[in-house]
Amino acid sequence: MQSSLPTFPVQASNFAGNVDALFSFILMTTLFFAVLVTVLIIFAAFKFRRRSEKEVGDDVHGNNALEVGWTLIPTIIAIGIFAWGAAIYVNYRIAPKDTLDIYAVGKQWMWKLQQPNGRKEINELHIPLNRDVKLILGSEDVIHNFYVPAFRVKMDVVPGRYNTMWFRPIKTGKYHFFCSQYCGTNHAVMGGWVTVMDPAEYAAWLSGESGDVNPAAAGERLFTQFACNTCHLANGTGRAPSLNGVFGANVLLADGSTVVADEAYIRESILQPKAKIVAGYQPVMPTFQGLVTEEQILNLTAYIKSLQSQPVPAKGAGIAPSSAGKK
Amino acid sequence: MREQTTGPAPQLPEKHYLNATYGIRSWLLTTDHKRIALLYLASVTFFFFVGGFFAMMIRLHLLTPSGLLLTPDQYNRMFTMHGVAMVFFFLIPSIPAVMGNFLIPLMIGAKDLAFPKINLLSWYVYVVGGMFTLWAMINGGLDTGWTFYTPLSTVYSNSAVAPAVVGVFITGFSSILTGLNFLVTVHTMRAPGMTWFRLPLFVWAHYATSIVMILGTPVIAITLGLAAMERVFGLGFFNPAMGGDPILFQHLFWFYSHPAVYIMILPAMGVISELIPTFARKRLFGYHFVAAASLAIAVIGFLVWTHHMFLTGQSTYAAVAFSFLTFIVAIPSAIKTFNWTATLFGGSISFDTPMLYAFGFLGLFLVGGLTGLFLGALGVDINIHDTYFVVAHFHYIMVGGAVMGYLGGLHFWWPKITGRMYPEWLARIAAFTLFIGFNFTFFPQFILGIMGMPRRYHTYPPEFQIYNVMSTAGASILAIGYLLPMVYLTWAAFYGKVAGDNPWPATGLEWKTQSPPLTENFDVTPVVTWEAYDFHNRPDLGLDVPAGKGSPVVAPAHGDD
Amino acid sequence: MHRTGALYGQFKTLEQQKDTATLGMWIFLVTEVMFFGGIMLAYTINRHTYFHAFAMGSNTLSLGLGGFNTVVLLASSFTMAMAVWSSQTSRKRLITLFLSLTILLGFVFFGVKYVEYAQKFHHHLVPGKNFDIFYCVNNPTKCEDIDAADMAKEKEELEVAAKADPDLNAHAQLYYSAYFGMTGLHALHMVIGAGLLFWLLKESVAGKFNAEWNNPVDIVGLYWHFVDIVWIYLFPLLYLIDRHK
Repeated sequence: MQSSLPTFPVQASNFAGNVDALFSFILMTTLFFAVLVTVLIIFAAFKFRRRSEKEVGDDVHGNNALEVGWTLIPTIIAIGIFAWGAAIYVNYRIAPKDTLDIYAVGKQWMWKLQQPNGRKEINELHIPLNRDVKLILGSEDVIHNFYVPAFRVKMDVVPGRYNTMWFRPIKTGKYHFFCSQYCGTNHAVMGGWVTVMDPAEYAAWLSGESGDVNPAAAGERLFTQFACNTCHLANGTGRAPSLNGVFGANVLLADGSTVVADEAYIRESILQPKAKIVAGYQPVMPTFQGLVTEEQILNLTAYIKSLQSQPVPAKGAGIAPSSAGKK
Repeated sequence: MREQTTGPAPQLPEKHYLNATYGIRSWLLTTDHKRIALLYLASVTFFFFVGGFFAMMIRLHLLTPSGLLLTPDQYNRMFTMHGVAMVFFFLIPSIPAVMGNFLIPLMIGAKDLAFPKINLLSWYVYVVGGMFTLWAMINGGLDTGWTFYTPLSTVYSNSAVAPAVVGVFITGFSSILTGLNFLVTVHTMRAPGMTWFRLPLFVWAHYATSIVMILGTPVIAITLGLAAMERVFGLGFFNPAMGGDPILFQHLFWFYSHPAVYIMILPAMGVISELIPTFARKRLFGYHFVAAASLAIAVIGFLVWTHHMFLTGQSTYAAVAFSFLTFIVAIPSAIKTFNWTATLFGGSISFDTPMLYAFGFLGLFLVGGLTGLFLGALGVDINIHDTYFVVAHFHYIMVGGAVMGYLGGLHFWWPKITGRMYPEWLARIAAFTLFIGFNFTFFPQFILGIMGMPRRYHTYPPEFQIYNVMSTAGASILAIGYLLPMVYLTWAAFYGKVAGDNPWPATGLEWKTQSPPLTENFDVTPVVTWEAYDFHNRPDLGLDVPAGKGSPVVAPAHGDD
Repeated sequence: MHRTGALYGQFKTLEQQKDTATLGMWIFLVTEVMFFGGIMLAYTINRHTYFHAFAMGSNTLSLGLGGFNTVVLLASSFTMAMAVWSSQTSRKRLITLFLSLTILLGFVFFGVKYVEYAQKFHHHLVPGKNFDIFYCVNNPTKCEDIDAADMAKEKEELEVAAKADPDLNAHAQLYYSAYFGMTGLHALHMVIGAGLLFWLLKESVAGKFNAEWNNPVDIVGLYWHFVDIVWIYLFPLLYLIDRHK
């Protein structure tokens, strides 16, 4: 459901309604007191404004009854708010018994998620509607946090331990998720999409995938989805060579030899990146073995082919000098 | 309203602490608490502008979703260094080191603080720490967030973490020395008749603050020391790869850093407790309750630190306990707010600039404090933790509260410090500008938080842009609100209208001395026989006390002498 | 520079000056409690989590040397208290004697500490690249100062510990980080204390302390006793817990 509060994201999980309700209650209560005090201040400022230069105010020490009153009443309200909040939280921290367990690993600066049947995703999470889902969260490096605003849930991802979080999606759709614990350079782009699907669709998705019409466009989406673009910057200033103009060119390798960047080279680079290192670069590319299907490799290759006509940066291309682009 | 309309215009006294001795050595080697306060004023103002520069970079960069000005690494340095400069080098020292130092001896009738040389040492320690951190900011910058969470700060960051951490470590000792000085001074240096319950609430507030400073700061010192060791020597307390625990760092860090926020706000509350009685010409409603509330905030403030860690995966029971305590710590602040408000009723209220800042404080602290309830409620915190809601909440308290208190206090005591008055109408315009600019800057950030925008983001989804633009527009107005006082207060110090001993008039002991005061503050040790904020038994103020309205008997002294 | 026993300008009486300085020292000691408390907390939490590694670490410390140092420090607190008493009763020569003894005992402590640290360095037990808890059992000829019976015991304990904790070396390194951190911090405070004592010695030789004015002796005494108490905590925490020998 759409939240009744303006600017709130859609309520897409079992927690959202309750969290928003508590938020509304706190809002109403605090608004009441804020308005009350503000009105009192403004009223007093007018009524008791100084009328003559040497005027003084009344000689009042205080009022014990008032002190007790305005101590007790806020305390009672505060405890009420606390109790409601604690109830939601305890429910959130104790997952139900029968959950769909998904492993999520955060690392600088991407998320690797694995479905129960082993199917892996990067920066995407597909889950079925109306099912209790539990994420088991781990980190490979620093502290991250998995946050889905539409679900109103988040949990820190701490290296050296596992944290868990659970929720039940109640509305199909695509919802943003973010990393919300500062984790370094690309903290702000370390997010993705949670897709909630009908259970039947989810089952189908889990066992295969649909094809895409335009391979290069699909490849471009994959290039971003698998975070290739975070290292293979087009302007050559990234940790990995720019791929502009590389397809079909001679690539200079660290051992001094050259190789033509054809379909086989692209495929090998994705699945066994340490086999051939481009001169001047570190062997830091992770392998995508098990993470990409053959179809996806074909799409990626099509995309990289489409970059042939892009401007090659003077530095950071990895292309061997005095090589002519072929094909 | 402020100037005496009868009698000749006041003259500056011939001898005072500013002209008692001349030359740079007389300033750099001074032990006069008033001169040390001015040394601090210069240094904290410098760091305020350093932090403000970084803030400007942040807001300019965030005008567009993909980021306008900076690379991600540069942006991450901007918000980190903004936080470090503002928290450690402006907010924590500001009111205590500038106003506490200047006023506490005057307010209690002493010639100086208990340990004047340690006072000077505390300034030098601050400056040395500041230089280290400044050096780090210029040489490599710092991109870990002011919270230095491990293992990002100790292992992964490519910035000047070690020197910055050492700088903050050193500056912490300045805080400890200041707190120690204040505590001892209030205990042993009060003038005859100045019993505990005749003390101005400004002094109570600084007493409570000093308790926090001396109990909390050593813990951040050892924590940062261990973190620096980890960074430089590869020790492993906080590094999971070596068996350490990043959450241990967070516990140790927040054990200080939560009470630290009370170091930032209690002094400002102390200022407000001076401003409201003065400009309503009425004693503070519920003096004892307000004094007790200050102490309660200081003590309970040490029991809530884990509310910064509700989502780290710690024990659910611990989270519940800390959430409960967090709601409890809110109550004394509420009590104070009600007492300030009640003071206005039956008063004789004027709208001089310090009072405008006090009103601003009341409104903004109300919002900031109440939004803390959202964050303390576990169920809601799950959603808004680490979003812009938190950023808005703490800026409402620290800027809307602490900075308002700081500026209100500066204006109020400027005549005492310099002997001259600031230009009233320009000051009022600046106060309004600041208030309006502030709300435009930070209110949209509550909405961003609710919408789900996480904090410390150099780029954001396009649907967040409108509120970011609004926030940046507000920030440019806010900046004017800050620049104006810097300019006219400096001008007024040299060319403002001579103010006289007690232009307002106010009831504190500091106003019974000349403006500016003598180096030794009082030529004769005062003997106090009146209560704080007692307008009805102070014929020396020259005000019209209605017949029969004064207390016939002066309050008996109670408490130790 | 002021003269000992003179009245500072901000005070009205010597009594007020004395009370102020004493209160100041007590509050300073409270900050020291919080300072040491932080690292002791970190140590205690890690000792609980990495029980086996920390027990191993504890066993490599010499009970004899640690115990001796404890007696030395307790004795130095006694001589310090005697110095305070002497100043309160205007026994000027005794003040100098007891201050000298206190300083001497302090240096004995440093000497023993140096021996202990040197041994750790020799046995590759200093945190860093060369840290290796197994070094001595793997290279018995390099650690000649451990006799055969002790070496055999250590080897056996290491085997048991390593089975219980596969990351024993990393966790043992945490123990030694705490060991050097805590004892190093303590030693630093003792150096400062020694400096203060030297200053007191100079003033006492010049005859500055008597029944009327002995406040500096009193408050340096407070500081010295505090440093002693820190060691009383460190000794069992580091040396005694889970000792097998």
